[in-house]
Amino acid sequence: MTGSTSDWPLWEVFVRAKRGVSHVHAGTVHAPDAELALQNARDLFTRRSEGVSLWVVKSSEITASDPDDRDAFFDPAADKTFRHPTDFELPDEVANM
Amino acid sequence: MVSTDETRQARFDELIDADDRIEPRDWMPDEYRKTLVRQIAQHAHSEIIGMQPEGNWLTRAPSLRRKAILTAKVQDEAGHGLYLYGAAETLGTPREELLDRLHTGRQKYSSIFNYPTLTWADVGAIGWLVDGAAIMNQVPLCRCSYGPYARAMVRICKEESFHQRQGFQIMLDLANGTPAQHEMAQAALDRWWWPSIMMFGPPDAESVHGDQNMRWGIKRFGNDELRQKFIDATVPQADLLDLTIPDPELRLDESTGHYVHGPIDWDHFWDVVKGNGPCNRSRIDTRVGAHERGAWVREAATAYADKQAARTAEAAA
Repeated sequence: MTGSTSDWPLWEVFVRAKRGVSHVHAGTVHAPDAELALQNARDLFTRRSEGVSLWVVKSSEITASDPDDRDAFFDPAADKTFRHPTDFELPDEVANM
Repeated sequence: MVSTDETRQARFDELIDADDRIEPRDWMPDEYRKTLVRQIAQHAHSEIIGMQPEGNWLTRAPSLRRKAILTAKVQDEAGHGLYLYGAAETLGTPREELLDRLHTGRQKYSSIFNYPTLTWADVGAIGWLVDGAAIMNQVPLCRCSYGPYARAMVRICKEESFHQRQGFQIMLDLANGTPAQHEMAQAALDRWWWPSIMMFGPPDAESVHGDQNMRWGIKRFGNDELRQKFIDATVPQADLLDLTIPDPELRLDESTGHYVHGPIDWDHFWDVVKGNGPCNRSRIDTRVGAHERGAWVREAATAYADKQAARTAEAAA
């Protein structure tokens, strides 16, 4: 068992490009623990000043929506155009609203 | 190198001076953290309490379309509250604690939500004026020095634009309707005008934390400056609706291009802040009641998750 990387968990890597913006998913690394996942992620994803902060999250800790459920999950938003400001026609005289 | 409080403070000041963002894991002065928790929580509470005046009209909106729009808007308010509670939690204060402070009156929400919505036109006036004033206040907060708050505000501002426009459209329909409808729109403007311009807070000269918040990049503009911007933008819109702003002293100053307004009744404002507005008591009672009556939902969700976990464990064994 020792030294075998096949048992190492997979980690999802998130990079914050600069202060003020959100962390964005960059990819994955394998590592035996969180500390090393962070090291590996730094080596792999931030060699060219891509970021100022890293998050690693065990892939198994992520629960994702099922692609087959896509329609039931997301379609109901499509017929509610009134949620968008552009759905409301205002007189031309109202310059900025 | 071991960082001392002094070097940390210097690093913090450097970030603030460079107009850079502070993120949750950064060191920050206690007072900065406390100020942000207070402000973000008050903002979150306002969104959550803000569901009530309009919620009052969900079943009585005059058409199916208006019902759907108002439902969407009230859902947005709930969502805004949740983004903001999330941002406040990154500062280390648990949500339970924030809700508790709201329910026991230790933290406040915007005093604008202590007024009743007497007619359908009030729903229009809230969208147009209250959300309009909120946008004026909130757009600069998208550049707040604290990252999670600034990012929450970007989402919120995008959604507020829908709120303001749907409100103005309600006012437009009423103002162009029958004489009775026009009168209803005017009465709503009369009720909401002064509370709306009080939303920007007391005059800068009396504002307690103004300078420090400006220095920290939590606040970007003074209360009076934002208030003036709001009035300048709104008066022509009222003209377009053929409605009269209830301020006999309001006039355009030709030399500055700004509208000059009459005196604001700050005694009334402070009275409402202190809890003596028309709806202060009922807003909190409704909120606490909703929280208590909703306890079974939280319990059921936890019980369901426990059951699922037990089943998974059983299957794995």
